[in-house]
Amino acid sequence: MSNVIIAETKNGQLHPSTAELVTAANSLGGGITIVIPATSDSASATASSIMGVDKVITVIADCFSSYDASSWAAAIDAVAPAGNLILTASNDSKDLGARIAARRGMPIVQNVISINNGELTSPVYSGKALVTVSLNGNAVVTIRANTFAAADEGGSAVSSVVNQSADVGCAVREMIAKANARLDVSEANIIISGGRGMGGPENFAQLESIADVLGAAVGASRAAVDAWDGIGHGMQVGQTGKTVNPNLYIAVGISGAIQHLAGMRSSKYIVAINKDAEAPIFQHADYGIVATWEEVLPSLKAELESLLN
Amino acid sequence: MPNIVVLVKRVPDTNAKITVSGGSLDLAAVKFVTSPFDEYAIETALRHKEANGGTVTALTLGNDACDKVLKDAKALGVDNLVRLWSEGWENLDSNGVQSALASAISDLGSEVVYCGKAAADSNAGSTGPGVAERLGWASVSNASTVSFEEAGVEAMIPSSSGQARVGLNFPCVVSLDKGEMEPRRPNVRGIMMAKRAVVEVISADAPTPTVNVIRYSPPAEKPPGKTYEGAGNVSSVVQALRNEAGVI
Ligand SMILES: Cc1cc2nc3c(=O)[nH]c(=O)nc-3n(C[C@H](O)[C@H](O)[C@H](O)COP(=O)(O)OP(=O)(O)OC[C@H]3O[C@@H](n4cnc5c(N)ncnc54)[C@H](O)[C@@H]3O)c2cc1C
Ligand SMILES: Nc1ncnc2c1ncn2[C@@H]1O[C@H](COP(=O)(O)O)[C@@H](O)[C@H]1O
Repeated sequence: MSNVIIAETKNGQLHPSTAELVTAANSLGGGITIVIPATSDSASATASSIMGVDKVITVIADCFSSYDASSWAAAIDAVAPAGNLILTASNDSKDLGARIAARRGMPIVQNVISINNGELTSPVYSGKALVTVSLNGNAVVTIRANTFAAADEGGSAVSSVVNQSADVGCAVREMIAKANARLDVSEANIIISGGRGMGGPENFAQLESIADVLGAAVGASRAAVDAWDGIGHGMQVGQTGKTVNPNLYIAVGISGAIQHLAGMRSSKYIVAINKDAEAPIFQHADYGIVATWEEVLPSLKAELESLLN
Repeated sequence: MPNIVVLVKRVPDTNAKITVSGGSLDLAAVKFVTSPFDEYAIETALRHKEANGGTVTALTLGNDACDKVLKDAKALGVDNLVRLWSEGWENLDSNGVQSALASAISDLGSEVVYCGKAAADSNAGSTGPGVAERLGWASVSNASTVSFEEAGVEAMIPSSSGQARVGLNFPCVVSLDKGEMEPRRPNVRGIMMAKRAVVEVISADAPTPTVNVIRYSPPAEKPPGKTYEGAGNVSSVVQALRNEAGVI
């Protein structure tokens, strides 16, 4: 059996989740090839050095300068060997995986969090249940970041470069940079989110200053996003927002509605700050503080600063 | 004038408790609704028609229980209702669902398809891009705002640096995120129209599944957490995050 990882890059560097994909591929068994769609081969050395990888193929094409589903799928399909295809369960890679699967007439299993004896498990119903499936043939599989341990370094895979071109299916007309350079919630290892209990958008400045100390992203509940201009939908965590999987999720003034939990319940550690001891969020929190944010946030910031700075 | 198709899926209400027993889901007591992101897809399809004319067909793949979500779409103003189904389709994998939907869309003669970014049951996000690839069409996923042109659409999508405005020529598939728009509610006239609406039932070929469900299980229980009363405990929590959890 053969496993082909389609890696992501960021600023020309291999995305760290690639080493997690190698662990996932190892649990499926068989050889491992990493395919890197890129505009240069700057990520290939890092990929070759991951233990357990047999081969690295960098595919260079103009279309890889910005994401476009149809041209990426065509360019990668032309180069990637047959076998299972393994990608990270990020927005773009889930979309790309679905296109390549369809192109090859293969099924796709999204959001896998564990692999045992060839059986793949994913959360469904927004994390309210897990489904375990078996594969009778090759499939495209996307893996949730942060769930498989990263494979070690020390490998020395054979590396090659292929130039490929493809028609562009959707034309990017304008890139609109984010107003602030803050990390996106779907990328962050630590998230601090505010809800309706924050009282108003101006109070999110307190969350931001704590996020700065932690290197965290700032998220929000739907109630906050819907009520206040300036709290953008891109910050929304939950059923109709983003699904996040950070190491630490701090929920401030958020009650813990089932649709909010849908987006963050798989976080490794959850801290809840809420003035209502009965708020459902406390049932899901590893650490809860029953108090108002007005009381908690200033001392939380001070404590973190003295610990981390 | 565009021939618009919107994909709608019947799923458990997001407030519903999902019970797992003996490796299977027990959905008997659950209320079913249109998947939340599909409501944004319906809204976009209707706005497209209002802007440029044409027709909107709501398409679902499912058994006769799924007529309800089609009729709910009718109450909002879609023109035609089509349900795609065949004996033995209970356990289709993504390959089967997409093949069948793609062939139905092609038979309907559509040039633009709207769907949800992910269904509330599968949470997959595979159908939009997968159907587009099978049809050889362009696609974008997670679109938050869509505007309508003579020969295509323009959509805002998230990108690694923020957002991107992208243009797609027909034929194309757009999967919808929530965005700024508020989906409309049905009015009395719409509800009356929906009662009389006819669902056309069609069939298609679908490959046998190669991904098979072995079991469902409840999510892993977390050990109960610690709750502290009062802001005086912030220091204990910060220490625990460092020493017990090791996350800061
Ligand atoms: C189809 C559908 C999809 C949805 N999708 C989402 C989604 O993606 N994300 C999402 O978040 N929600 C979603 N919702 C909405 C969800 O049901 C809740 O309404 C929402 O999560 C509530 O947000 P909240 O916790 O901020 O507000 P509330 O429920 O109003 O909670 C506010 C909390 O703040 C606390 N509080 C008040 N003052 C203070 C203070 N000074 N200090 C500390 N605590 C304080 C209160 O005790 C309370 O617990 C969805 C709903 C539906 C029907
Ligand atoms: N059986 C189906 N019938 C109609 N539309 C569907 C079906 N399955 C998926 N879709 C559409 O595709 C979207 C994404 O579904 P999924 O790929 O399962 O996450 C849904 O929000 C629907 O718009």
